[in-house]
Amino acid sequence: MAASTNGYRVIGTRPIRHDGVDKVTGRAKYGADYAFPGMLHGKVLRSPHAHAIIKSIKVDKALALPGVKAVVTSADLPELADKMEQAGEQALNLAQLSQNILARNKVLYDGHAIAAVAATSPHIAEEALRLIEVEYELLPPVMTVEDAMKPGAPILLPKLRNKDEGPDKPTNVATHIQFKRGDVNDGFKSADYTIEREFKTAMVHQGYIEPHNAVGIYNSDGHATIYCSTQGTFVVRALSAAVLGMPEGHIKVVPAEIGGGFGGKTTIYLEPLSVLLSKKTGAPVKLVMSRAEVLRGSGPTSGSTIRCKMGCTKAGKLVAAQIWMAYEAGGFPGSPVGAGAMTIVAPYDIPNILIDAYDVVVNRPKTAAYRAPGATNAAMASESVVDELAEKCGIDPCDFRIMNGAKEGTPQTAGPPYRRIGYIETVQAIKNSPHYKSKLEGPNRGRGVATGFWFNVGLQSSSIVNLHTDGTASVVIGSVDIGGTRAAQAMIVAEVLGLDINDVRPLVADTDSIGHTDVTGGSRTAFATGWATYDAAQDVVRQLKERAARLWEKKPEEVTFSNGVLSAQGEGVKPMTVKEIASRLARTGGPVTGRATVNARGVGPGFAAALIDVEVDPDTGKVQILRATVAQDVGKAIHPSYVEGQMQGGTAQGIGWALNEEYFYDDKGNLRNFGLLDYRMPTCLDLPLIETAIVEVPTPGHPLGVRGVGEVSIVPPPAAIANAIYRATGVRMTECPMSPPKVLKAMLKKRGGAENQAAAAGR
Amino acid sequence: MEFLCEPRQSLLEALRDVLELTGSKEGCLTGDCGACTVIVDGRATCSCLMLGVEAQGKNIRTVEGLAKGPTLDVLQQKFLEHASLQCGICTPGFLMSSRALLDRNPNPTEAEIRYALAGNLCRCTGYDKIVRAVIDAAKSQSDAAKAGRGTGTGAGASATEMTDEFLKEQEGK
Repeated sequence: MAASTNGYRVIGTRPIRHDGVDKVTGRAKYGADYAFPGMLHGKVLRSPHAHAIIKSIKVDKALALPGVKAVVTSADLPELADKMEQAGEQALNLAQLSQNILARNKVLYDGHAIAAVAATSPHIAEEALRLIEVEYELLPPVMTVEDAMKPGAPILLPKLRNKDEGPDKPTNVATHIQFKRGDVNDGFKSADYTIEREFKTAMVHQGYIEPHNAVGIYNSDGHATIYCSTQGTFVVRALSAAVLGMPEGHIKVVPAEIGGGFGGKTTIYLEPLSVLLSKKTGAPVKLVMSRAEVLRGSGPTSGSTIRCKMGCTKAGKLVAAQIWMAYEAGGFPGSPVGAGAMTIVAPYDIPNILIDAYDVVVNRPKTAAYRAPGATNAAMASESVVDELAEKCGIDPCDFRIMNGAKEGTPQTAGPPYRRIGYIETVQAIKNSPHYKSKLEGPNRGRGVATGFWFNVGLQSSSIVNLHTDGTASVVIGSVDIGGTRAAQAMIVAEVLGLDINDVRPLVADTDSIGHTDVTGGSRTAFATGWATYDAAQDVVRQLKERAARLWEKKPEEVTFSNGVLSAQGEGVKPMTVKEIASRLARTGGPVTGRATVNARGVGPGFAAALIDVEVDPDTGKVQILRATVAQDVGKAIHPSYVEGQMQGGTAQGIGWALNEEYFYDDKGNLRNFGLLDYRMPTCLDLPLIETAIVEVPTPGHPLGVRGVGEVSIVPPPAAIANAIYRATGVRMTECPMSPPKVLKAMLKKRGGAENQAAAAGR
Repeated sequence: MEFLCEPRQSLLEALRDVLELTGSKEGCLTGDCGACTVIVDGRATCSCLMLGVEAQGKNIRTVEGLAKGPTLDVLQQKFLEHASLQCGICTPGFLMSSRALLDRNPNPTEAEIRYALAGNLCRCTGYDKIVRAVIDAAKSQSDAAKAGRGTGTGAGASATEMTDEFLKEQEGK
């Protein structure tokens, strides 16, 4: 039944999510909603400087304020050695992680945490922050990759070295990665058209509406519990234990509901501080970031500079791509530039490529993952250049992509060939959409298309399926539900066991109640946790066959299970539903619990394509989105509404990245737009309805054919919009955000002298 | 209802910390995200921008008071049916802004809906399914009114009935 990709009973339907009523009635508990008797409130002191040495920290006055119970600084944390720890999708240097949680000796960005206070109210804790005296020695801030890479640039991390520059040379370049295939020089020689452009994208934030939070409770027996909104309870446990110098098993992490993450909640900030303050005071301690703290002190994603040169023949065959790319890592190494490099030409079959990628530290917040990390910056560059080449060749942009598109057997950037993928199908879905077939009319209007790639990840998941005596079931998982994944897990169980969707209850468990499960990230939950859940449900089926065999005095392999009914050949066999046998478990050997774990391999990469119509105001440069369609290969949509939701949400974030969002720093390195009025994310008024085309090319090997769906739709919009702006105005935009001043400037430049002068006179 | 709060506590703090009504969410404390939206004397208001003491003598409606007992408001029902929430943190605010809109304009256009909800940020959905849910809720509410089954709040079925009905509808498709 489930080996085929069609003919499902539950999968592919749109039931109401199990946690839905709690979420529309205000009953669902998010991290900041937790309260405990005697709970204290914590606040974090943050650096007002982008780059400085901490000469001294005096906390006496803060401690003397009535209501203040404790103050902690990095002196209260163990000093950790440089050691890499795997944290979900990425590896982290523990010493740097600790220094990011509380600065040690040096502050590396405006907003870098320095100390934390626990007090009887959040207001008192805030007052206490003002009484902490920090003496700084200011250093010049380094804000861009260009400045950071200049010879003689101020050095952020004195110990940082890279292989190119050798063991004796302090540097701001943490890593240089290179990917090479064929010979680009030969490739460009065979090209009839070559386009080379430089692109810049601004640092942007994930923009989850719920600020980071944590409640820590440290017990005198050395065990601690953390309640928090995180994408990965086991990551919080492992990293907090490392930072605090506690055994991992002494920390239990309880997942609160999570108000958005998009990658930004795959690491830790407040969690160890809540435990440290609780240990010092003996009381539960809650910390919740303000919005300004979220923007200044959590982990946005990298701004970038990318030089992209690509060549093709007159017939439209891509023959070479040479790319230089540098991403802002923030104050510590670890930008997603490696992923950027591996995604930038991933949709295409190009014989000759040379990609040089640099991870560069700058005085900005340490970046964290953001939905297909690194891929959106990259696609802005390559998908703009591809569009330009298609135009040179006089080929329709969809056809150009289909002609050059990667398919099964095409080598990936890192070498190994793709298995079955759905890139070409995804572009075709755009080509066949009512939107593409419609005509766009009117002045200052243009239509753009672009595509994107994301790996998706597998990693580890655990799942337990409990069959209850009334024939209902529960599924217990460790994957935090960030966008409806509970429902998908329950649907898989209902599908396998032949149960009604409302007879399966999903539960996201704490770290003591379920086996190791990696982050809800990398678009892995439906894929990997879904796989574990499918296997766990099959484990229940296997056991039920044994029970039925016992009742019927048959061998288990003689029992069949189909559409929720157990049956066997022969006399005296009365087929039984799961419900019927569930009531007889006590007499056949006791309760039935299915379980499975996976370290999921063979992940299926995802592709998306966006088609966007814009209108550009010729007087202001403001870009209005008129119509948007997104197509994505999802392998198999378990709950199509939530799959569409991922596609629409990713598209909206991509539009924000393209048009409005940016970290705006002054010359001292202070962030100037640390609120949601000035860090301008798309509102309902900025967007049209977003049309979706779900493409289903199953991932080989996965029992349901699922691919990850959570990320790749954010990748195409910036380039699609840039390409649309070009068709509307004749101007090629190469910088994100394509905000009104930048678009207007580019249009004025194109219009030339007379109008430039008129504009200058008008100013 | 009576409560005591500190003069410096916002209405949002008073609701969450004093009255333990944590359905209203804090996203920014500057009135930019709308997650804390409540209805004050019929008007959608950011409870983070109002002091708790200013609530005296006012009629305050929060998400906890949107359903009538076990019966969900038609907006709650439609948000569930249309999968209008992903993480759900913005949902209480969107529901209250939408309720305030439908109370004063039972048949809004898509543009009017987008205008009324522009003070509420959602980062997960791209707003598509939220707007569709409000359009559908308005229609459903006005159909119910025409059929004489009352208006607005209370027109919905109970959560279980609603799920069943919806599933039947889905099966029919």
